[in-house]
Amino acid sequence: MLLDWLYVAVFAVVGIIMAALPLAVVWLLAPRADYPQKRLTYESGVVPFGQAWAQFNIRYYLFALVFVLFEVEVIYLFPWAVVFREFINRQLGGFVFVEALLFIIILGMGLIYAWRKGALEWV
Amino acid sequence: MGELAAFIILAIVTLLPAVVVVTSRNLVRAAMSLIPSFLGVTGLFVLLQAEFVAGIQILIYAGAIAVLILFVIMLTQGGTGTALRQVNEQQLVGGLVAGALTIALLGLLLRTPWPLVGGTLPRSNVAAVGGAFLTNFILAFEISSLVLLVSLVGALVIARREQ
Amino acid sequence: MNWFLEIIKAVLAALAVFTFLAVVGAMLGVYLERKISGWIQSRLGPKHVGPQGLLQTIADTVKLLQKENIVPSNADAITFNVAPLMAVVAALLAWIIIPFGPAFGRVLVVRDINIGLLFFIGMASLIVIAILLGGWSSNNKYALLGGFRSASQMISYEIPLALAVLVPVMMAGTLSTVGIVEAQRGGWWGIGNWFIFGLPGNRGLIVPGFLAFVVFLTAATAEVNRVPFDLPEADSELVAGYFSEYTGMRFALFQLGEYAEAFAMAALTSVLFLGGWHGPGLPGIVWFFIKMFALVFFLIWVRWTYPRLRLDQLLNLSWKGLVPLGFVLVLVTGWLLV
Repeated sequence: MLLDWLYVAVFAVVGIIMAALPLAVVWLLAPRADYPQKRLTYESGVVPFGQAWAQFNIRYYLFALVFVLFEVEVIYLFPWAVVFREFINRQLGGFVFVEALLFIIILGMGLIYAWRKGALEWV
Repeated sequence: MGELAAFIILAIVTLLPAVVVVTSRNLVRAAMSLIPSFLGVTGLFVLLQAEFVAGIQILIYAGAIAVLILFVIMLTQGGTGTALRQVNEQQLVGGLVAGALTIALLGLLLRTPWPLVGGTLPRSNVAAVGGAFLTNFILAFEISSLVLLVSLVGALVIARREQ
Repeated sequence: MNWFLEIIKAVLAALAVFTFLAVVGAMLGVYLERKISGWIQSRLGPKHVGPQGLLQTIADTVKLLQKENIVPSNADAITFNVAPLMAVVAALLAWIIIPFGPAFGRVLVVRDINIGLLFFIGMASLIVIAILLGGWSSNNKYALLGGFRSASQMISYEIPLALAVLVPVMMAGTLSTVGIVEAQRGGWWGIGNWFIFGLPGNRGLIVPGFLAFVVFLTAATAEVNRVPFDLPEADSELVAGYFSEYTGMRFALFQLGEYAEAFAMAALTSVLFLGGWHGPGLPGIVWFFIKMFALVFFLIWVRWTYPRLRLDQLLNLSWKGLVPLGFVLVLVTGWLLV
C-alpha cells in the first residue's frame, strides 16, 4: 500500500522534471529579441489600461462555496457505496439504503435552498 | 529507514510552505503555498496507513478548499499580488506566547504515555470506514449531514447579506 | 523491501507513461482531432508533413520549441511557470490507476491504488487550481476572467462526475479500477456484464447504468473544457481565455495536460461502464485501446455537432440538472440493488 504512494510521489517528481525539460530547451534555443512592447498584456490590440483584477463578484464565491459542501457530501457517500453490497449480503440492505436516503434528502433540501435563494444563478 | 526518510521529506513539504503561508506579504502566494502543504499532509496520512483520509485530503482540501480560498483572495484587493503592509505591533508578545505554547504542547506530547494498540489493519480502508459509518457511528453520519446543511444555509445567509 | 529498486522501477514507469501520453495523447490525439475535424467539415486535415500528415504534430512541437520565451510584464513569474507544470503533473498522475489490460499474466497498470477512483477525481480537482493560477498569473483581465469561468465550470461538473462514479462503485463494491473491471468479466460474448448494461442478476440496473454513463461522459467533457463546454477557452470570444498570455512551450504544456486528461477520462469511462479490457475475441489490451479511441472519437464528433453552451446554461445544466439526476441515480441504484 505504501508502495503505491511511493509510485505517486515518484511520478510527481518525474512529471515535474519532464515537463520542465521542454521549458529548459526553449530557454536554451529560443531567440531573444526583447523589447518592452512585446511584454504588454494582450487586450485585442488596444493599449491595456486599469488594474487586472475582476470586480468583486459574489457569484464566483457562492459557486465555490456550494461546491465545497456538496463535495464533502459526495465524499461521505463513497464509503457507503463501497460497502453497500456487503451489507445486502448481511440482510441489512434496506436499513443501509434508508440511512443514505435520509442523508441525501437532508442535503437535497440544502440544494433546494441554494436554488431558491438564487445562489446558483450566474446573473 | 525508508519511512523515516519519507516522513522527513513530507514534513519539510508540509512545513516550509506553511511558513510561507503565514509570513508572505503576497496574499496569492500565501494561498498558493497552502497546496503543497495540504499535499504533504496527504503523504503523512498515507504513512499512517489511512488511505481513505489521504484521498479525502486531496479531494477536499487541495481540490475544494484551496480553490475556495484562491477564489476569494483573487476577487479582493489582495488579489493583485501586491505586497501588503504588515500592521502588527505586538509581534514580540505574540512570539513569546507562541513559544510558550509550543513548549507546553511538546512537553505534553512527550510525557503522555500513548497506548499502543495492537492488531491488524482492515484489508480495505474504505470498506472499514463505510462499515463503521453504517453501524457503530450511524448517528454521527446522519448528524454530519445536518451539520453540512446548517453550514450551507449559514454561509449563504452571510454571503447574501454582504450584497 | 528494497526501496531503491522500487524507486528505479517507478521512475521507469513514469517515463514510460509520460512518453505514452506525449506520443499517443498529444501527438496522435492532436493529429486525430485535426483529421477527424477536417473529415466532418468536408476538408482534408494535415497532409503534407510525413505520410498522411502523421508527423504534423512533431513539426508543430519542434516549432513551438524555438518560440521566444515571453513572460508578460507584471506577471507573477513563479506562478506563471508553475501553472502549466501543475496541469501536466496532475494529468500524468491520473494515469497511474488506469488499467490497460492483461499482459504477461497480470494486469498492466502502474499501481492499482485501493482508493483509485477517489485519487483520480482528486487529480481532476488539482487541474482546476492549475488553470485558476494560470489565468491569474498572466496579469491580464481576460485571462483572469477566463480562469475564473473555467474554474467555476470545472468545479460545477465535479459533483456530477463523482456521483456518476458512485453507480459503478456500488455495483462493484470497490474503488479500485482493476476491481471494477474484474467485476465486469464474463457475460454474453464478454459484453453482457458491462456496467452500462446493469448487473447480470439485476437487469433493471441498465437504466441507472446507462444514465450514469451519460452523466459521466457529459461531466468528463466539461472537465476537460471541450465543446460544448469550452466557453473558457472560446476561440472566438475570450481570445483564448486563461491561455491568452501563454505562448510557445508553456501553451504546449497546457495542451498536453488537457489532452492527457481527455484520454484519461475516455479510458476511465471504458473502465467504469464499458468493461475495461473485456470483449469478445481480441486480446484485452487491444479492446482497451479500441474503446478509448472510440470514446475520443465520440468527443471530437460532439465538438463539431453541438453549439457552445453559454456559461449560465452550462452551470444550470450542472447544478439544476446533472446534480439532482446524479443523486437520483445513486438512490435508484441502491433501491434496485436491495
